[in-house]
Amino acid sequence: MEDVRIDKKINIKGLICPYTFVKSKIAIEDMEVGEVLEILLDYEEASRSIPKSMEDHGHKVLKVEKINDTDWIIQVRKEKE
Amino acid sequence: MELTEDQLHRYSRHIILPEVGGKGQKKILNAKVFIVGAGGLGCPVGYYLAAAGVGTIGMIDNDTVELSNLQRQIAHSTKKIGVHKVDSAKETFESLNPDVKVIGIKDRISKDNIKDLIKDYDIVVDGSDNFPTRYLVNDACVMLKKPLVSGAILRFEGQVTTILPGEGHCYRCLFEEMPPPGLVPSCQEAGVLGAITGVVGALQATEVLKLILGKGDVLKNMLLIYDALKVNFRRVKVPKNPDCPVCSDNPTITELQDYDAGYCRI
Repeated sequence: MEDVRIDKKINIKGLICPYTFVKSKIAIEDMEVGEVLEILLDYEEASRSIPKSMEDHGHKVLKVEKINDTDWIIQVRKEKE
Repeated sequence: MELTEDQLHRYSRHIILPEVGGKGQKKILNAKVFIVGAGGLGCPVGYYLAAAGVGTIGMIDNDTVELSNLQRQIAHSTKKIGVHKVDSAKETFESLNPDVKVIGIKDRISKDNIKDLIKDYDIVVDGSDNFPTRYLVNDACVMLKKPLVSGAILRFEGQVTTILPGEGHCYRCLFEEMPPPGLVPSCQEAGVLGAITGVVGALQATEVLKLILGKGDVLKNMLLIYDALKVNFRRVKVPKNPDCPVCSDNPTITELQDYDAGYCRI
């Protein structure tokens, strides 16, 4: 699979909803359309809610992956301002 | 300007809204809103705008808090009786939210001070309790092209309208002249259910926030009428009057005037 170029990474381990999405949304707002945000988190519910909310906001979720016992990464491409 | 960690928490339920976000919240924090009156309507309008984080709130009122105000004027409290309403409201709003600066003016609004008072604000809210002030605020906002969110309450009824000078109607398109004092309810007739002021004030605050955000529709060319006894909201169209004495292309009112009292203040 083709590697995606990551433009910004944030680590929101330790945060719970809705701050997981608040932090993710603030991060993507400051990026350019087409850029990719990678989010590292450890709150399971957010591994489902962040992708859903990002798509509701019109962005493209490229990857949701559990990387170890506690953590997930989510990659989102900004699709609109 | 970056939002602080505290601000991300305080405004989190705004930020997660698609229509607001961090960018919209910054617009709210940078906004300046002027409220005429710190009474029944000014209290809930100011309270919600302060909670929302409107950075600068100007308020004018010349009265002090009285016991009979407390049935509806929720920014004040029993221990504030005798204190100027704008001082009382300032303390309430700034303790709710330290991001907010309240500029209180202890004076009566008049043709001589209104333009200077509102000129540096983005939006004006009318929460006044009398017709002369309502017409003065309308005329000044039309002349200075300031968006105006006007509200009124009486007994079990409330009205809200949003005036965008140059785009929509103004208060004189709706009611060209003030009603004669005899037609306005006397003090004995003019009761109000306290909670009505909260309904109307919250509607006014919502209109202000949508104007700041540039999202959604506002009550332009419309009057919203709330009848609490019948539990009915009605939206009435108010076309811009091409012959309006103040907002038409050839206005007959080109200077502000103070109108005589003789009206009961509700």
